Amino acid sequence: MSILTQIAGWPLLAALLLVVVPRNYRVIIRGIAILATLVSAVLAIKMFCQFMPGHDGYQFEQMIPWVDSLGISYHVGVDGINVGLILMGAIVGFAATLCSFEIQSREKEFYILLLVMIGGILAAFASLDLFFFYFMHELALVPTFIMIGIWGRGEKKNYATFQITVYLSIGALIALIGLIALYIQVGANTFDIPKIIEYAKANPLSVNAQHFIFPLLLFGFGILVSLWPFHSWAPLGYGVAPSPTSMLHAGVLKKFGLYGLIRIALPLMPQAAHSWMNILAWLCVGNILYVGWVAMRQKDLNLLIGNSSVAHMGFIFLGIASLNLIGISGAVLIMIAHGFLAALTFALTGFIYRQTGTLQMSELGGLCRRLPFIGTALLMAAMAGCGLPGFANFVGEATVFFGAWSVPTLHVVTVIALWGALVIGGVYMTRAIRTVLHGPLPEKWNTLNDANFWRKLPYALLLASLFVFGMWPRLLTEKINPDAAKIVASYQPMMAGSAPVSVVSKTGSTAGSAANEQLAIVNK
Amino acid sequence: MNSSLISLEVSVFAIGLVLMLADFFVPAERRRYICYAGIAALGFLLLINLSGNGNCDVTGTAFNGSYINDGLALFFKRFFIVAAILVLFIAAEFADKFSAGSVAEYYSLIVFALVGMLFAASANDFAMLFVSIELITITFYVLVSFQRSKIASLEAGVKYLILGALSSSFMIFGIALIWGTTGELNFTKLAAVAPQFETSKIFLLGVLLVLVGLGFKIAAFPFQIWAPDVYQGAPTPTTAFLAVGSKAAGFVLLLRVLFTAVPTVTMHWEKLLIVISAVTILYGNLCALPQRNLKRLLGYSSISHAGYLLLGVAALNASGESAILYYLAGYLFTTLAAFLVIALVLRHLDSDDVSGLAGLSKRSPLLAATMTISMVSLAGIPPMAGFFGKFLLLKSVVEAAKATHGHECAYYWLVGIALVGVVISIYYYFNVVRAIFWSKPAEELPAIQLSAPARVTAWACIAGIFWLGLFPNTVLNLAQQAVAVAVQ
Repeated sequence: MSILTQIAGWPLLAALLLVVVPRNYRVIIRGIAILATLVSAVLAIKMFCQFMPGHDGYQFEQMIPWVDSLGISYHVGVDGINVGLILMGAIVGFAATLCSFEIQSREKEFYILLLVMIGGILAAFASLDLFFFYFMHELALVPTFIMIGIWGRGEKKNYATFQITVYLSIGALIALIGLIALYIQVGANTFDIPKIIEYAKANPLSVNAQHFIFPLLLFGFGILVSLWPFHSWAPLGYGVAPSPTSMLHAGVLKKFGLYGLIRIALPLMPQAAHSWMNILAWLCVGNILYVGWVAMRQKDLNLLIGNSSVAHMGFIFLGIASLNLIGISGAVLIMIAHGFLAALTFALTGFIYRQTGTLQMSELGGLCRRLPFIGTALLMAAMAGCGLPGFANFVGEATVFFGAWSVPTLHVVTVIALWGALVIGGVYMTRAIRTVLHGPLPEKWNTLNDANFWRKLPYALLLASLFVFGMWPRLLTEKINPDAAKIVASYQPMMAGSAPVSVVSKTGSTAGSAANEQLAIVNK
Repeated sequence: MNSSLISLEVSVFAIGLVLMLADFFVPAERRRYICYAGIAALGFLLLINLSGNGNCDVTGTAFNGSYINDGLALFFKRFFIVAAILVLFIAAEFADKFSAGSVAEYYSLIVFALVGMLFAASANDFAMLFVSIELITITFYVLVSFQRSKIASLEAGVKYLILGALSSSFMIFGIALIWGTTGELNFTKLAAVAPQFETSKIFLLGVLLVLVGLGFKIAAFPFQIWAPDVYQGAPTPTTAFLAVGSKAAGFVLLLRVLFTAVPTVTMHWEKLLIVISAVTILYGNLCALPQRNLKRLLGYSSISHAGYLLLGVAALNASGESAILYYLAGYLFTTLAAFLVIALVLRHLDSDDVSGLAGLSKRSPLLAATMTISMVSLAGIPPMAGFFGKFLLLKSVVEAAKATHGHECAYYWLVGIALVGVVISIYYYFNVVRAIFWSKPAEELPAIQLSAPARVTAWACIAGIFWLGLFPNTVLNLAQQAVAVAVQ
């Protein structure tokens, strides 16, 4: 059995086990959930370490035929694109389970849903079969709605649940139609992603079909990733959701759409992708500038963070829109970095909410005095969010900007995005820090208590991950680059004319090393 | 001529007679065992059929080709027997709502309706089609109005009778027109001569009127008016059998007529089928939104599911038809699971309101789980049967869009509407789930005691839903073989 099956399988197995555990055995329920996600995280770290960068094809593969007549099989495997995502997903899953102590009612149901969500996400990222890829995502998505609907907080709970359910269901279904259309138009009679890509190399999709399917995938996945202007479900949904749910959704599940674009849409539909990229680049300006501006006006800390997380998606879309090696590598880097970051911030606001019962910034203040650890962690998270060097986000964002700048048509967008990242992001983050952590401490918060050792663990774990990948981005880039190079290879002929200085005009392997050099510069 | 082909139908009919006669010899407090005897006998027949012993799976035609036993017929016969067995289980639980003297009659009527469905699965002739449909429908007139002391049940019976008779007369008129123009009633022979009559308006009107009659059976728009009222008023086991058996019988006949009898005409009617399917989906889902009555809600939802199933018909290809068979198989377990829970939980309440489910998670965790799984599967969410069925149906429509010339847009609109329907349906199905887990009952109700057979039925439905969702291979292969034989 592949280690990937185990990584995704332990949480799902634990969810099944919890079904038969009586509901008043709270400690045992929590223990099983933590143990399962811990095992899954440890296995993910082991898998990450054993991964051989630049190895041809997929690693840790496993394949079990499922429906022969349609060519559907359970097929998992990793390459450079998803290895980091699975590691991030497993660590965030473990942290989210640790943070679930805030759930006080109906714990059994909550942990079952949480474990299904974690297992589903990990399996979706590991899946190399189009059907299972979608199937597992859907499996992880539905618990999100239920969790927000039941354990959500605040008055807007019902509205937010309704909105997020409708938006994400529509997005997922549009993407499903895109995937089915892709399966039928390619005509390989298999749902196996590597086989489809292989087949499409010999028999490329007609441009007409590409122009029809690509928007379905772009907007279907786009809605799932809160692409502007389909983003309005996200801030409210995250603001209302219990923190483990928003940690997992904003951190991990949301990356599914981006991963789908990189893994499926880009390699199969080069012409359509190329012609849609300008539009995508301008939409991501909407994410970065407009949503960033909205974030500046927020009075609720969670809504601010939710908006900033939507804004961060803009950088990833910009990286994808640049369609070159550096841009795509940067996009994958931000996906991983933002996963840790989003999980960290939502976990911290969840802690504050549990202590104070409010996240209105006007009511908070001076919290650093009573909550030194939580306050410091929030400060670091905010700094990471503005792109401070030393955290993984900086590496990703800088790489994306290098990638986008090398495409002449994206110069304007890149400049705007830089402003958005440096100025707008800086303004709302530092403002939030000032009002929440500094200044006079209101009387009523004198009784707050900082996290004890065990409670600190998830925050420390996520911060450490941000540091490790911020200090040694090579851990990721050496894995991402060779496989990203394969994806952009089909864009070289198209980009060669329009991008004279671009590294993508070189062959894949030299382009990879060029990107590494550039990253090395970035690191200094 | 090979009369031994109908041995299955004859045996089932004999079971029905025996159940009816048993009424005279079994004391009132043991009537429940009549039902279990019927279940055992049907189960035995099903086992023989599945194991391939006896004559049940011999393929061939009988009675001058008006009766055909092929893959499609076999698939549906097994389907109907499984449905009848599960419905009898529900009926055994529901029996105390009927007046004591008539319980065995109810069981035997279910078995007689099953005979009609078995003949419908094998109909290869308009005469056979009409007779089998009448056998089903007339039995259902009685089954629907069986709770004689309940006004709603009688009202539902009258509504079903009037509209059923109307649609039957449309159908017989259509059959007359077809016979009058072509001189053929046999599907196979008709297929050979139909192309000559493609321009004959009278012939086309005849086919259209037959479709009206079948549209009534499957509750497709615009012949769906009866469904919510009848579903609401009829005794729960009847509603369950109506939703699964009667609808599936309509679909097997629809497939036969459209793809065996008049395939050349069908090929020109893709637009009509697309429109009917789209409107049925929208109508069912939109009307289900404000419903608070659980049975009525399932009535509207069954209309929308007829619309989804029509996607496979509108696709006009083999994968669409196998998708219909697969979807029906999933629908069987899902719907019967829901009606089982309704029968068990709401039988002692006066109303069928959704709020009657409040607190069910505490009163009976097994029933709460069954209902939840059923609703989630109806909404089409993995890993349940409903998801894979919808996936197959949508896939067949996208395939049709690729194969067709000039109708791509129509097909993609159809897919779009189906998606809108799915999103709407998530809302009302989850309302039911919410009532089960998260609303407080008005008064504290005692835990529900389940009999062993009810427990077994619930577990069987759950197993069926997960089996079809997680291991679709077996049934999908069966469905594809069934269709491969039926459609050349």
